[in-house]
Amino acid sequence: MNETLSKILGGKQGAIGLAILAAFIMIVLPLGLDPFRLGLIGKYLTYAFVAVSLVLLWGNGGILSLGQGIFFGLGGYGMAMFLKLEASDPVSTAIQSTPGIPDFMDWNQLTALPWFWEPFKSLPLTILAILVVPTIFAFLIGYAMFKRRVGGVYFAIITQAIALILSILIVGQQGYTGGVNGITDLKTLLGWDIRSDSAKYVLYYVNAGLLIACILLSRYVLSSKFGMLLLAMRDKEERVRFSGYDVSNFKIFIFCLAAMISAIGGAMFTLQVGFMSPTFIGIVPSIEMVIFAAVGGRMSLIGAVYGTLLVNFGKTMFSETYPELWLFLMGGLFIAVVMFFPNGIAGIYEKYAKKVPFLRKLSEETPKAKKAEAIPAAPVETKEAGVKA
Amino acid sequence: MSNTDFVLAVEDLTVSFDGFKAVDKLNMYIDKNELRVVIGPNGAGKTTVLDLICGKTKSTAGSIKFKNRELTKLSEHEIVRAGVGRKFQTPSIYENLSVYQNLEVSYPKGRGVFGSLFFKRSDEVVAQVYKIAKEIMMEDILHTEAALLSHGQKQWLEIGMLLMQEPELLMLDEPVAGMSAKERDQTAELLNRICQNRSVIVIEHDMEFVKKIAHKVTVLHQGKILAEGAMDKVQANEKVIEVYLGH
Ligand SMILES: Nc1ncnc2c1ncn2[C@@H]1O[C@H](COP(=O)(O)OP(=O)(O)OP(=O)(O)O)[C@@H](O)[C@H]1O
Ligand SMILES: [Mg+2]
Repeated sequence: MNETLSKILGGKQGAIGLAILAAFIMIVLPLGLDPFRLGLIGKYLTYAFVAVSLVLLWGNGGILSLGQGIFFGLGGYGMAMFLKLEASDPVSTAIQSTPGIPDFMDWNQLTALPWFWEPFKSLPLTILAILVVPTIFAFLIGYAMFKRRVGGVYFAIITQAIALILSILIVGQQGYTGGVNGITDLKTLLGWDIRSDSAKYVLYYVNAGLLIACILLSRYVLSSKFGMLLLAMRDKEERVRFSGYDVSNFKIFIFCLAAMISAIGGAMFTLQVGFMSPTFIGIVPSIEMVIFAAVGGRMSLIGAVYGTLLVNFGKTMFSETYPELWLFLMGGLFIAVVMFFPNGIAGIYEKYAKKVPFLRKLSEETPKAKKAEAIPAAPVETKEAGVKA
Repeated sequence: MSNTDFVLAVEDLTVSFDGFKAVDKLNMYIDKNELRVVIGPNGAGKTTVLDLICGKTKSTAGSIKFKNRELTKLSEHEIVRAGVGRKFQTPSIYENLSVYQNLEVSYPKGRGVFGSLFFKRSDEVVAQVYKIAKEIMMEDILHTEAALLSHGQKQWLEIGMLLMQEPELLMLDEPVAGMSAKERDQTAELLNRICQNRSVIVIEHDMEFVKKIAHKVTVLHQGKILAEGAMDKVQANEKVIEVYLGH
């Protein structure tokens, strides 16, 4: 296997894990579930983007962001703005005092489209904005924090505060953002009705494909020297700095990448669920996302997806029957995972899979194989050179 | 100050922590290929001097010139890239990586974000890792997780990580702390080997060890130089005996 390809797939073991995940979300779930349930899974899988981003940022980089909702939300709002403009054509908004602008603007006595909405008339510009705006925002936050060597708990609290501020800002600026209701009544994407069952299937698969692509990209990053440096920084930041690396740049980059991945999830959320609101930006969703990653195993990209699915399943089931208990249960789950299963589902799998004959076959040799792979044999010349020296 | 032949020229270096001068108008010159040992009682300011040279602590006054290049204005990673390596007093290695990975990650290529993303493990890199692993007597345990190493091996590994970068000035803070007698001998040999083509500054308390390696000794006391010169001369110095060697 070509080296880059094998890096992306994570070797044989990684490729198997990924194939199982892909088969599960792309074949088993669509075959086994009715469209409504599958729609729920599609929604959960958009959160999985954020969980994957947290595996990069928190699990590997040791940087805990309690504000990933910011980027999920920015991506989601970008997509919602485009869809809203499409739904607000002059004909369907003819009864407004200013036709052709989104309804909530009209209710708030706006008479023209605000300048920052203009780019969202174009789909290519919207896609660009979904990817770039959250990344630039992350760059600004990251630059301000990491260059000043703000880290750890302080960083977590600041990201949390920014998430809160942003959600308050969006709620407060109703005329520009749709306020607390968010941006609703989204109908079509370039004339294609996103509410139909067939569209929901297509979007589900696009979402699943993008998620796998993000996992592959993350695998590449983690398997490069960059990934090794992330682990090194998490352990001994000073040693990395005094080995000639500008540590802050590495942190800024991984924070930006995590933001971009989260934003893709946000945009796919809007497409599948049909609205975006500030409730996905604030403190609670940002913390929930961390719990998804923790339950899945904060070091495991694939575990993060299972963790997200599992917690959300639990949430849906419990909040239907005992809505008031769910938050306590989730808090308890988080504490239990952190205390007893620091590596989450992925850790439990690693530990117990070996006892099941079929699974053992898959995961046998992993630790050894991994290590052997990580260490190339000495080049012949050097061995000789070494003897001479 | 005009240009000199010294690898390192420290002049009038001062740092004050809230009025307390941990290093006070220090002057020190290190030659090419010299192995200098800095000794002195606890709290004398030895570690602080290394902190100042490698940029961990910013000086209050004075200059540090490395190959005639002023270091006091550079950031930590720029100082490393200029050719200065530093080992910390407590062994500082990446516990969750293997010995091989610890060494490879210290290889001075792919130091930028994008450089590291597209860094390719060339034969050159592998050869360098094996060469250094042999130098620090760890070529047989390359796959061992660093957390499992003995204290002495951790010290060697950190030295190896610095050697990966081929620094022209290597600064080691108490490299034999926590080592057995045999390990100390091996370390002395190691240091005598690696100072062949670079300058080395070692901070050490163990006088037996110092005797084995030092070309010249600097005695620090309360942030100032108390004595400097060959080992036997310094050992005979009355002031040195009084504040340091006497007890
Ligand atoms: N960042 C700092 N802020 C305040 N005081 C400091 C700081 N760094 C060092 N000091 C003080 O400076 C003095 C010199 O400390 P230093 O660590 O350089 O001593 P040392 O010679 O290395 O001692 P040891 O042999 O115990 O390692 C000590 O009194 C220490 O408390
Ligand atoms: Mg010290």
